[in-house]
Amino acid sequence: MELHQQILQYLLSGFSTGAIYALIGFGFAIIYNATTIINFAQGEFVMLGGMLSYFFLSVVHLPLPAAVVLAVLATTAVGIAFERLAIRPLKNATPLSLVIITIGGSILIRGLTMLIWGKDTHALPSFSGSEPIDIGGATILPQNLWIFGITIVIIVVNKLFFNYSITGKAMRACATNRRAASLVGIDVRRMVLFSFVISSAMGSMAGIIIAPLTMTAYDVGIMLGLKGFCAAIIGGLSSGFGTVLGGLLLGVLESLGAGLISSGYKDAIAFVILLLILFIRPQGLFKKADSERV
Amino acid sequence: MKREIVKFLILALLVLVVPLLLKGGYLMNVLVFVGINTMLAVALNLLLGFAGQISLGHAAFFGIGAYCSGILTATFGLNPWHAMAVAACAGTVLAFVVGFPILKLKGHYLAMATLGLGIIVYIVFNEAVNLTGGPSGLSGIPNLSVGKTVFDSDTKNYYLIWGFTLATILLSLNLAHSRIGRALRAIHDSEVAARVMGVNARLLKVRIFALSAFISAVAGSLYAHTMTFLSPASFGFNFSVELVTMVVIGGLGSIYGSLFGAVLLTLLPEMLRTFQDYDIVVYGLILILMTMFMPGGLVRGIPAMIGAVSARRGNGGNEHA
Amino acid sequence: MMTKRLRLLSAVLMVLFCCNAALAASTIKIGALFSVTGPAAFLGEPERNTAQMLVNEINKAGGVKGQKLELVAYDTGGDATKAVQLATKLIKDDKVAAIIGPSTTGESMAVIPVAEKDQVPLISCAAGIKITEPVKKWVFKTAQNDTLAVARIFEYLQKHKVSKVAILTVSDGFGASGREQLKAQAGKYGIQILIDDTFGPKDTDMTAQLTKIRGSQAQAIICWGTNPGPAIVAKNARQLGIKIPLYMSHGVSSKKFIELAGNAAEGIRLPSGKVIVADLLPKSDPQRKSLMAFVQDYQKHYKVEGDHFGGHAWDAVMLLKGAIERGGTTPATIRDQLEKTKNYHGIGGTFTYSPADHAGLTKDAFVLVEVKNKDWVLVK
Repeated sequence: MELHQQILQYLLSGFSTGAIYALIGFGFAIIYNATTIINFAQGEFVMLGGMLSYFFLSVVHLPLPAAVVLAVLATTAVGIAFERLAIRPLKNATPLSLVIITIGGSILIRGLTMLIWGKDTHALPSFSGSEPIDIGGATILPQNLWIFGITIVIIVVNKLFFNYSITGKAMRACATNRRAASLVGIDVRRMVLFSFVISSAMGSMAGIIIAPLTMTAYDVGIMLGLKGFCAAIIGGLSSGFGTVLGGLLLGVLESLGAGLISSGYKDAIAFVILLLILFIRPQGLFKKADSERV
Repeated sequence: MKREIVKFLILALLVLVVPLLLKGGYLMNVLVFVGINTMLAVALNLLLGFAGQISLGHAAFFGIGAYCSGILTATFGLNPWHAMAVAACAGTVLAFVVGFPILKLKGHYLAMATLGLGIIVYIVFNEAVNLTGGPSGLSGIPNLSVGKTVFDSDTKNYYLIWGFTLATILLSLNLAHSRIGRALRAIHDSEVAARVMGVNARLLKVRIFALSAFISAVAGSLYAHTMTFLSPASFGFNFSVELVTMVVIGGLGSIYGSLFGAVLLTLLPEMLRTFQDYDIVVYGLILILMTMFMPGGLVRGIPAMIGAVSARRGNGGNEHA
Repeated sequence: MMTKRLRLLSAVLMVLFCCNAALAASTIKIGALFSVTGPAAFLGEPERNTAQMLVNEINKAGGVKGQKLELVAYDTGGDATKAVQLATKLIKDDKVAAIIGPSTTGESMAVIPVAEKDQVPLISCAAGIKITEPVKKWVFKTAQNDTLAVARIFEYLQKHKVSKVAILTVSDGFGASGREQLKAQAGKYGIQILIDDTFGPKDTDMTAQLTKIRGSQAQAIICWGTNPGPAIVAKNARQLGIKIPLYMSHGVSSKKFIELAGNAAEGIRLPSGKVIVADLLPKSDPQRKSLMAFVQDYQKHYKVEGDHFGGHAWDAVMLLKGAIERGGTTPATIRDQLEKTKNYHGIGGTFTYSPADHAGLTKDAFVLVEVKNKDWVLVK
């Protein structure tokens, strides 16, 4: 096999994992912008998506589309419950204690999932076959195409929602300045709830579309959440293009690192490069330097 | 100031007396680890609570201390105390070197950079098999000893480690009340304002980062010599997050708060053991509820709660009268 | 009045005390440390289930020489620090006569100094060769050494004239130990390792490593890991159209692997304890009786097939039972009797301990199996 074919394969593999990181990172960014909380339970939404769709598909024996819809709805319900019960009641909490609450929430969700569905790993069938597709000597699976497709659709829908719908604009206003937003009559609390709805739905969707490739278990959320978090930070916690680039960059660095340098150190290689980038551009990769508020 | 001294003496007395009440047994062993975690939480609090700089990778310094000490003694046969000195230096130097670029970052970028640092160090522990033993671990680390006394039992280790822990608390209390402590709080509130007032913010931040790493590395070395075995899993991302949780649950910027946080979060899993498989769920729930009802941490929450209860009692009494 | 009451009280106390003493004499406490939660839960859960099931059954059948066994099991969560604390708890607070577990090599290595210092026999359920080599006075193990599994694969490769391989191991204790053995033994079998790559236990995509292997001259791939990693490797290898044979470790020798890897599992070979092919074994196999008893028992209690991980705990309890039958009552005597175990036909193999060997198995403990039509077949 030629080297350029190998590199093409690394890039393709990197893009498909990167797309997932981006999708998970999106969830982080949306909640952050509405609440300034880094939601450590985001990875658990991803896990719930995969586990619930397994449950509806293989235990309840529903057809795939119904299982997917129900899994997304159920995860969103968990997201709403979490916001209502643990985030909303707190009025004067510091962002850091809210972060601790999300850590507690993620432990709780993971623990309950383990008690209900056990510790086993489960596989989900591919959406449409598993015959590899050849692209210039490199191969991908039909499921990878689903991942690309759904990621693009979600990003476009998001863009439209935040730019053109009233609710979306209101949420952006909250992100820019909460007090000003509430002064012009925006119900900030509802926007916070919306942000949890959107990001839990998005997280679960990510969990569902990757489960046929990566399988799912009660504890997959930690690693995926961590990677998504990194993607979001590289992208400057914007819910736009930056996070997508952040996710793809992370995925490609990992894949190239594993293929060309050392598979054992691949995560370290990715992080060293990210650190160097941060050192050179301390204000983030895809953000223009803005003046600091004092 | 006098009150501070009395508080500290009470704590020291308590530390001295507890083993006499327990008479050996398993809890002694847990208390040894409570001591180590307290050192770590206090160290992180200096950075997080006083200087306002988050670190999601503090387990790295703990691990570097532990592995330096472990490798130097188990593989190269160095005296454990000398190894501890080297380990402490290694942690401090690393913090100093990475401190300058990392602490230039703010907020979430800082969180991400420290997290990355933690992960890189963890991967090195895992992959440098020839040096660290990799995932199978490093064994054969000797206990510390002074003269003929070898610190090989829980009770001996308890006194050794709590000696270090009390020293750490004393040092941190002093620091908090010194000029440096005030300068740190100024940086926490507004870095620009502090800089305008003539505080060399950047150097101060790096120095406190290095001090925090120094204490963590010493704690790591102590951990290595009490456990006599190391594996990378003890120094991962989860432990870094647990340390942050200890500091926040205890109360940001309060030294005694970190002590409470470490004690609580280390003992909690032991107390929850009766719940068996449900322990993890209960743990998560307690974490949420505690943060919800005591957002300022234990150190502020408990007095407030006692105050509220006694106030209500007082009112009730009045009604009856 | 007062004296009467006092007398009554002391009589009651006397009775209570005697009962207590009698009770204490007729139960032997066995400690157990399993990682029932955490990353190694797939080991710890069947181990705990099996140990509990077996101890209950032994007690129902009248105990060992009239003495009941009591199992005190703790969950370590796969954490070495916790394992050490809990080992101390078992010894100091629960005062157990012997300890079964821990489940992983890392935890076992961490607990060994405690067992050695407090002089309590430890029967580890982990596979790392370091646990009993060099021999430690108080430490035994039931899981087959990685060495034996590696030897099984290499023998087969040598027989089929395969000399160039690529290895792909998971970067946790299990994979690291396998990798060490693969590298150490390759030369002996005239095998050259062309590519030595690893993957993380939580990694979701191994195409990068496999692409590199595809570009090499390797004639076979040996993947060392536990679920779900190897299942992803199998799927990725199929995606990349890799034609060279794929070998796995005994870490995935359960039906779960076939379920996870699906079609991609077909044709994969791996060394395994005999438990997954119990029904295919010849009637003459000395282990057959134990194996069938274990598999059926486990199926009845937990509604899933027993795997060889549970088997490690089964063997540990049975070995202890044997030692107690032969006269072991205290930690020291149990240890001495354990060391005298001869030809116990268990789940993991036929155990014979000696002062120089605390692992007790030969490479007959492993058979080579292949996945065919979603089931295991023996490779001759």
